[in-house]
Amino acid sequence: MNQIKTVSGRGIPLQGNDIDTDRIIPARFLRCVTFDGLGKSAFIDDRAQENGQHPFDLPQFQGANILVVNNNFGCGSSREHAPQALAKWGIQGIVGESFAEIFFGNCLAMGIPCVTLEPEAIDQLQQRLLENPQAPTTLDLEKMTVSCGDWKKDLSLAEGPRKMLLGGTWDTVGQLSENIDRIRATASNLPYINWSTPARAS
Amino acid sequence: MSRGTLFDKVWDLHTVGTLSSGQTQLFIGLHLIHEVTSPQAFAMLREKGLKVIYPQRTVATVDHIVPTENQARPFVDRLAEEMMQALENNCQEFGIRFCNIGSGNQGIVHVIAPEQGLTQPGMTVACGDSHTSTHGAFGAIAFGIGTSQVRDVLASQTLALSKLKVRKIEVNGSLAPGVYAKDVILHIIRKLGVKGGVGYAYEYAGSTFAAMNMEERMTVCNMSIEGGARCGYVNPDATTYEYLKGRDFAPSGADWDRAVAWWESIKSDRDAEYDDIVTFDAAEIEPTVTWGITPGQGIGVTQSIPRPESLPESEKAIAIEAYKYMDLTPGKPLQGTPIDVCFIGSCTNGRLSDLREAAKFAAGKHVAEGVKAFVVPGSERVKKAAEAEGLDRIFEAAGFEWREAGCSMCLAMNPDKLQGSQISASSSNRNFKGRQGSSTGRTLLMSPAMVVAAAIAGKVADVRQFLSSN
Ligand code: SF4
Repeated sequence: MNQIKTVSGRGIPLQGNDIDTDRIIPARFLRCVTFDGLGKSAFIDDRAQENGQHPFDLPQFQGANILVVNNNFGCGSSREHAPQALAKWGIQGIVGESFAEIFFGNCLAMGIPCVTLEPEAIDQLQQRLLENPQAPTTLDLEKMTVSCGDWKKDLSLAEGPRKMLLGGTWDTVGQLSENIDRIRATASNLPYINWSTPARAS
Repeated sequence: MSRGTLFDKVWDLHTVGTLSSGQTQLFIGLHLIHEVTSPQAFAMLREKGLKVIYPQRTVATVDHIVPTENQARPFVDRLAEEMMQALENNCQEFGIRFCNIGSGNQGIVHVIAPEQGLTQPGMTVACGDSHTSTHGAFGAIAFGIGTSQVRDVLASQTLALSKLKVRKIEVNGSLAPGVYAKDVILHIIRKLGVKGGVGYAYEYAGSTFAAMNMEERMTVCNMSIEGGARCGYVNPDATTYEYLKGRDFAPSGADWDRAVAWWESIKSDRDAEYDDIVTFDAAEIEPTVTWGITPGQGIGVTQSIPRPESLPESEKAIAIEAYKYMDLTPGKPLQGTPIDVCFIGSCTNGRLSDLREAAKFAAGKHVAEGVKAFVVPGSERVKKAAEAEGLDRIFEAAGFEWREAGCSMCLAMNPDKLQGSQISASSSNRNFKGRQGSSTGRTLLMSPAMVVAAAIAGKVADVRQFLSSN
């Protein structure tokens, strides 16, 4: 079991609300049957438009692993390609004001914690990282804090996801397929299970 | 906490147990897959040596990558062909029914499942696609999932989920002529915001939704996700049952009566408790168009693009980004903005009734010079039915191209794309930066009838001005 208790390294600030998954990874990069190689295409159109000034291109943020975002990050499409692209780029944890739900769930299923801070704290953290990109940054799920150099704040994360990360049960498939008997019993109590068969392979 | 709603009842019936994390293990009654988000899930199964536990409860289609002009195999796009073959192989290996091109059943995943009667009231539905909320129109609890969760459903037919809160959105009254289901949902998103629904399931209630047909309800539920709500639903009623009766996978014979009785029992109780209730008056809703880069940035077609000072603090930054990207001026009307491309289709508005309504406005008119306009039916069945009514000929006579079924320029994973900074009038659901295939392309969302009005006028136009001549 792969327990995730802390993510330590360096932060990378990415400012802006409502950054959708089409921006994280545009649709043309979804023409693939594996997630390999998505890292280099993360934010590719935004990066082109910002001419080297996008945080993902700035030399001082290369090698960072904790992304710091604003409100409603990851809204839009359910594509897991988005967190996969971020992970392949090197991101291991995300701190934000709020996250879109499917994006949050996708990250959780990959073992990437998405934790929240108050808007003012996010501003402070982003500012600190802009001023001092090398500041050691840590996301501590046991103590429930985010720190950056001597700056520290309490983070929020729902208890369920926190337990899954700390306990190493975020990779759900094992646990879900344990209870085959319970699953079959639940299914057999559903009226519709017997009166229609969605599909037989033909 | 909500109590006695359809959401609560369906959730409880599908609960397998509580996981160590405190999340619910929820049984999924119908699982839909497509070529974009499933190949990696099958790879994960193989890696772990897992099987598909209920192959008969998963149905596959191909929609996002299919070309809408030349569908000959192998596809011209080598990557698209590779994805297509992966899906064909996975379905064959794991015994999953595949609605392939030419089968007569292929189409956008959220169009084909309802039309085959696969989506039914009281079910849980999951698909690796955020617009799975569409299926809530039937009184199902339906939501989008990511690829790791697609793997979970294939392997266990269940998901690990936390229960949502329930917000009732009541809209009462009748819609004025020229105002459609699309305008209702664009209006709701505009008022409640693109993240207003995070953490909620939306229950659409009130006389406006009661009067809608199933396809209109699907349009509304489809865009729940654009309001941040992972799922949205309408309680089933006679309209629902009438739509379902006789469809391929709908219950029949004695099962039909049992089904209707059960569907009636899972409706939200009269005294159900909600976490939140919001009400709107249908009479206030105008034909609505988006001007920005989020689906919440919409206005009535007669209104002006909002000035930054009129917006709440939290919306200013994204508005400023939108003016710049869209190259539109705050305070100016949107009506009259010249349009390059007109797109009718998608899982929001690519069904037969959408095409019928659009054809009414196209009949006897012609697309303005310099405008590229095309119609992409949501499925092979929609295409066939539309052709049987002669809609294809109406569109073609009016200068629209008539295409094969698929997602097309909703997200432009196939050859249908905007070029450069072209601006489109689109019946789809997302106006994100770069959504329609060009990193500087611009999208204005609106109803199919409004798209036709824009095509004929060559600029954003109020469809109500075209009403009298119909
Ligand atoms: S039509 Fe658009 S929104 Fe619908 S499934 Fe296809 S790509 Fe997604």
